[in-house]
Amino acid sequence: MAAYLIRRLVQSALILLGVSFITFFLLYVLPADPVRQIAGRSATAETVENIRQQLGLDRPFVVQYARYMGGLVQGDMGRSYLQKTQVAELIWSRLPATLLLMAGAIICELLLGLTMGIVAALRRGRALDQTLMIISFVTVSAPQFVVSLLLLYVFAVRLGWFPIGGYGTFAHLVLPALTLGILGSGWYSRMMRSSMIDVLRADYIRTARAKGLTRARIVLRHALPNAILPVIAMIGIDIGIFMGGIVVVESVFGWPGIGQLAWQAIQRVDIPIIMGVTLVSACAIVLGNLLADLIAPLIDPRIRLR
Amino acid sequence: MTLAEATMDAGAATSPQVPVLRVEELCVAARTEGGLKPLVQDLSFDLRKGETLAIAGESGSGKSITSLAIMGLLPQPAVRVTGGSIRFDGHDLTRLSEADLRAVRGDRIAMIFQEPMTSLNPVMTVGAQLAEAIRAHDPVSRTEARRRAVEALRAVRLSEPDRRMTQYPHELSGGMRQRVMIAMALALRPEVLIADEPTTALDVTVQREVLDLLRDLQRDLGTAIILITHDMGVVAEMADRVIVMRHGRQVETAATAELFVRPQADYTRALLAAVPRMGQGAPRMPVTTDPIARVEDVVVRYPLRGGVLGRVTQNVHAVEHVSFEIRKGETFALVGESGCGKSTIARALVGLAPHQGRIEIAGQAMEGLDPPALKAMRRRVQMVFQDPMAALNPRMRVGELIAEPLLIHGIGNAAQRRDRAADLMTRVGMEASQLDRYPHEFSGGQRQRICIARALALQPDLIIADESVSALDVSVQARVLELLKALQAEFGMSYLFISHDMAVVDNISDRVAVMYLGQIVEMGTHQQVFGDPRHPYTRRLIDAVPVPDPAHRRRPSPRLSAETPSPLHPPGREPPRVVLEDIGEGHLVGLPT
Repeated sequence: MAAYLIRRLVQSALILLGVSFITFFLLYVLPADPVRQIAGRSATAETVENIRQQLGLDRPFVVQYARYMGGLVQGDMGRSYLQKTQVAELIWSRLPATLLLMAGAIICELLLGLTMGIVAALRRGRALDQTLMIISFVTVSAPQFVVSLLLLYVFAVRLGWFPIGGYGTFAHLVLPALTLGILGSGWYSRMMRSSMIDVLRADYIRTARAKGLTRARIVLRHALPNAILPVIAMIGIDIGIFMGGIVVVESVFGWPGIGQLAWQAIQRVDIPIIMGVTLVSACAIVLGNLLADLIAPLIDPRIRLR
Repeated sequence: MTLAEATMDAGAATSPQVPVLRVEELCVAARTEGGLKPLVQDLSFDLRKGETLAIAGESGSGKSITSLAIMGLLPQPAVRVTGGSIRFDGHDLTRLSEADLRAVRGDRIAMIFQEPMTSLNPVMTVGAQLAEAIRAHDPVSRTEARRRAVEALRAVRLSEPDRRMTQYPHELSGGMRQRVMIAMALALRPEVLIADEPTTALDVTVQREVLDLLRDLQRDLGTAIILITHDMGVVAEMADRVIVMRHGRQVETAATAELFVRPQADYTRALLAAVPRMGQGAPRMPVTTDPIARVEDVVVRYPLRGGVLGRVTQNVHAVEHVSFEIRKGETFALVGESGCGKSTIARALVGLAPHQGRIEIAGQAMEGLDPPALKAMRRRVQMVFQDPMAALNPRMRVGELIAEPLLIHGIGNAAQRRDRAADLMTRVGMEASQLDRYPHEFSGGQRQRICIARALALQPDLIIADESVSALDVSVQARVLELLKALQAEFGMSYLFISHDMAVVDNISDRVAVMYLGQIVEMGTHQQVFGDPRHPYTRRLIDAVPVPDPAHRRRPSPRLSAETPSPLHPPGREPPRVVLEDIGEGHLVGLPT
């Protein structure tokens, strides 16, 4: 177990190294010039060159990357070009909001998705199953901003149940978390449904029925733990998809998380922030997958980590 | 009177004359696009206390559907009872509500299934599954349920019952799992036990143990057993009476002794004639030609890795120092139980398993060949697998499937390949007009013929038949074996025939090697090995085979529950090596170690 963890953590570090290199390279070859953004339109060529030298952006790619990584291993993620604040500080102050949103969204998504999937599997081929699958199809294909605007309009503007935007209370959390949850639930319900249908056909379900167990016990005690295994692996992968959605949803709802930070930084080509947010997201994805892999053997004793 | 009250005085009311279960004119049908398709028609029988009634038949005979109908476990609404009744204890089971049926299931009528590997929930401990079955019907405490579960495990002669309670199904072997299933079924002392092919998926020595166990438990508990099986050997050993079914209808019902001596229906006669029996293999002329394949001191080991650096912690010793040769035109059989390494040897022979030692095909060593030479060598050896449906790509037409080996080796043009495929189809007893059909349009036996035709396409020197007839019904099996013999007479190729079925091997092979834990323990002509088995393991295997003759008296065998030793060893540790000694005329026997 310890050996497994060490190996996985070393792998994770290598993945993060790869991510940092690719992102840094893409930002380097990007035609947008961060110096122009800082200097402003009216700046003279001389000023521009000065700033460029100051930030070290005139140096070759390898030197720039080495300098960045050198800082990173000492815990220094650099300073924002425009705000002049430490990137680590910026991210750190916004991380709790994003983590809260993510937790809320995952809970919404699992509650909605798993329930829909289980119910659809038990009512397979009937009207309820078909209705639920149409709903899941709609949620999978709906764009994030459409869902968030729709929820905003109905529950905040027309009904006034929840605030339009901002951060602070539980009420603020509901709509953004629901938006992300609804969007993700489609995948989960489809996956849960097919997994559940497979499991319900299994021989051990027939054994459970032959024992004279009640239907509720067969579904909850025998089918569910087996059917949920592929879904757990999916949660790990899902964190990556979340990161994309969070950028949009945080902007729409004015949620002060790192998604919003990233969105602003991209518009201004604020490279240190973009790098910082990307690495933190990559960290989250890697850790999410690791966590999913660590949870799986708790449910399925056949899975051995080595 | 409610069902629960009925249970109370059921014991007193039941006498040997009154049937426990009475099935009357039962009809079961499946809803299909073309209307109702009957699966069981007008089936009637009585089951008396303490007796074993076998329902025998080939696939599609409706025997399993009958058992599911009794349990109320038909896959409704697609399949349902369309007529007749199942009387149990004053009630018609076909008319009971789901809740009332649930009270009967597991408590008074229990069932065990064919696949012990998949019939237990993989994520629950054995103990939890047993205790749950008890608590579903008896309102006892957890502790009491656990105590009774341990008792049930002890009753099925599982070693260390307390430890088994905390284990998961995957930690147990197939035979142990089937014992757990039996313990679960019998924990509540049901009046009726339905055993649906209970030993079909098990090795023959394990089958012997499970059959002995079922018989002992029945004697102690007086349970009436419905035994669903395709194996006439099992019928002869276990059953008091037999119902033979075919296409959903009852063909014949008789006392077991009567049925085997004087079968009335033509189908029963044909079925009994097709059953492979030990000692029926005609004495053959010894094959003295040159060897076509030679296996010398072959070792196959698979490393298991672990730790931070993925070091080898253990080796699976799949094949250990195996040597034999297969002569031209000969049928050489490898027999042994699952995990003995017989299939690994087949894989090594076609170059699919990395091995040490030397493998020669037609005088040419396989080791150190470059890829083109290896490909050329593969033309000489072809395989036929166990499951023909899995071995045929469902999206290819039969003609393409048969011609594919020719295509891979670049032989002929499209028209020539098609002619060859048409020719091969007729050789295996099918029609060339079926070339454009897909595999799913054929029956299991026909599919296996297609696989054989494909193996013949390259005119190989050696065909490896790995359990090729094991999944087929006996009547189909008999015809496929005849086909294999006829093709050998015509083309003169050799067979490596791999099987767990001793009777089939006895019938088809010239020479036989018996494998145990990766090593050959006995080898010789089929007369030597089957007529005069010397190694204790060979004897145990032969003794364990159920004999399709109710008059056959078996030597009382010790009730075993020993587990097969593991082929896993830490690196550097070698398992004890079996030394073969020639006891005369090439009959090799492993010396006791």
